[in-house]
Amino acid sequence: MTTAPAAVSTALQLNDVRKVYTMGDGSQVVALDHATLTLGSDEMVALVGPSGSGKTTLCSIAGGILSATEGTIVVGGEDISNHNAKELTKFRQDRVGFVFQSVNLVPFLNARENLLVVDELGKRTGAPARARADQLLEELGLADRAKNLPSQLSGGQRQRVAIGRALMNDPALVLFDEPTSALDTKLGEQVMELIQGEMKSRGIAAIVVTHDERITHYCDRSVHIVDGRLEA
Amino acid sequence: MKLALKELRRRPGRFATATVILTLIAILLMFLGGLLDGLIASSTGAIRAQNADAIVYSDTAQASFVRSRIDPELRAQVEAVEGVTEVGGIGNVQLGARVPGNGPRDLASVALFGYELAPDGVPDAPPYGQAWADDSIKADGVEEGMIIEVGPARTPIAIIGFVADTNFNGQSSLWASPDTWRDTLSANRPDAQLGPDVFQALIVRGDGANLPDAIDAATGGATDSYSVDGAVAAIPGVTEQQGTFNQIIGVTVAIALVVIGLFFALLTVERTSLYGVLKALGAKSSTIFAGLVAQAVVVTAIAAFVAGTLVILLDLLLPPGSIPLLITPSRIILSVVLLLVAAVLGCSFSLRRVLRIDPASAIGTTS
Repeated sequence: MTTAPAAVSTALQLNDVRKVYTMGDGSQVVALDHATLTLGSDEMVALVGPSGSGKTTLCSIAGGILSATEGTIVVGGEDISNHNAKELTKFRQDRVGFVFQSVNLVPFLNARENLLVVDELGKRTGAPARARADQLLEELGLADRAKNLPSQLSGGQRQRVAIGRALMNDPALVLFDEPTSALDTKLGEQVMELIQGEMKSRGIAAIVVTHDERITHYCDRSVHIVDGRLEA
Repeated sequence: MKLALKELRRRPGRFATATVILTLIAILLMFLGGLLDGLIASSTGAIRAQNADAIVYSDTAQASFVRSRIDPELRAQVEAVEGVTEVGGIGNVQLGARVPGNGPRDLASVALFGYELAPDGVPDAPPYGQAWADDSIKADGVEEGMIIEVGPARTPIAIIGFVADTNFNGQSSLWASPDTWRDTLSANRPDAQLGPDVFQALIVRGDGANLPDAIDAATGGATDSYSVDGAVAAIPGVTEQQGTFNQIIGVTVAIALVVIGLFFALLTVERTSLYGVLKALGAKSSTIFAGLVAQAVVVTAIAAFVAGTLVILLDLLLPPGSIPLLITPSRIILSVVLLLVAAVLGCSFSLRRVLRIDPASAIGTTS
């Protein structure tokens, strides 16, 4: 269990969260065991643990992808503990950003359109969304790559597009799933510097899921997870 | 949906195979429909052309001219029915005709009608020995002014002009006076010859609410009367032809449904990861499924458009009368609607899979 010290406001609050899966034979597997975690509004936390330790489960619950079996989850002031599937979908559209392990950009959309997907799936604001996408691409140094398809971008550029997509809905929390696992060391460091800079400059909280202890120093603190239990 | 349409526009090659297969299926569907319509049209034109409120056969005829006999006494009973204003006799004989310039065995199949009341599009009965011919007979080399020899007795009939869409039983109709028909029948089918003033059927016009039933009631069941539509449906073989072709058309639509279903099911499997990401970003299952349906509908519409164009071109290029193909806007529209319904139903095979895609799959499953 770990708690952010002296945070004025919180981006994420997990209280005593459990996630239990019932297997086909009736047995139960505890993926997350009484996890409590608080993130300040601009705090970056590295979530470190081996495969199968519950990192993804924790991220999925914090991001409104999975429902917890027990416990309370509050993201950006919104209690999602008892949200149904429809409410969680709406929550994901509006309150949280994701950067996936293999980037996962839509291959037939250019960089700008990959950012606009978030608006098309959600609020459909049109012009304001286009302006925000252009602004984000500019800030991420991708203005001249806006019309390029993912296949025409380098690994680092694709990662930046994915970050831009995660920021499109002005989230309270961004979840990074192994953001450097597919990159070499140098590029990985560059990407982490970029993530750190973007999150801090915007005052957005982030959880960075990683196996790699070397990148944890880009975060404010590290939280270890083993067998579904959080350790400071 | 916008996303799905963008994919179609930017990755047309991905949908090319399905589009080509659907185009071939659409061609088959429209061609089969055109053949059915052509066959039915060439079998029923002479009846459809009748300007009648009732077509009256004798009671045991089963709507067959050959089996029907209406003698003057029975005709008088029909004429006496309340609401009947006009009654005209009609008779038919189907024979082979020798056409000048053609080989001795190269016979044109004709259905010679003798009539008193002119059908729609056919002038009044011409003088003895002459006939109006359906223009489909031109495919056999018949021209206006030509004298053809009908049947084994080689009865000469002079063709004085052409009419359209009056074929009967797939044969070119000839429209002649009752005497011409009766003499041709006697000369070529002695076993079926009829006495003076005896016809095979009656064309009845009137203003009764339900004239066919009223006539059959008035004759005490000695007649079997139909509306024009009823008489068309009762022509021997028409219902069977329609049934057979409609079954083939149904199977073709089912094949289209399976092709679309399999294609989009495979596409959905291939896109599971992408859909997982989109769901994690907040896409609803309904949005993803609507995109699939939109893609299926657009692919099918393109296939149907290409197929429709090709079938219309084929219809224009085929020599008249070579095959009984009738391409109509209603047939094309019906085929397109059937294909679009198949597209939507085919896509529904993927609905369960789309619903089951877990957004959690987007962020890994092992940690």
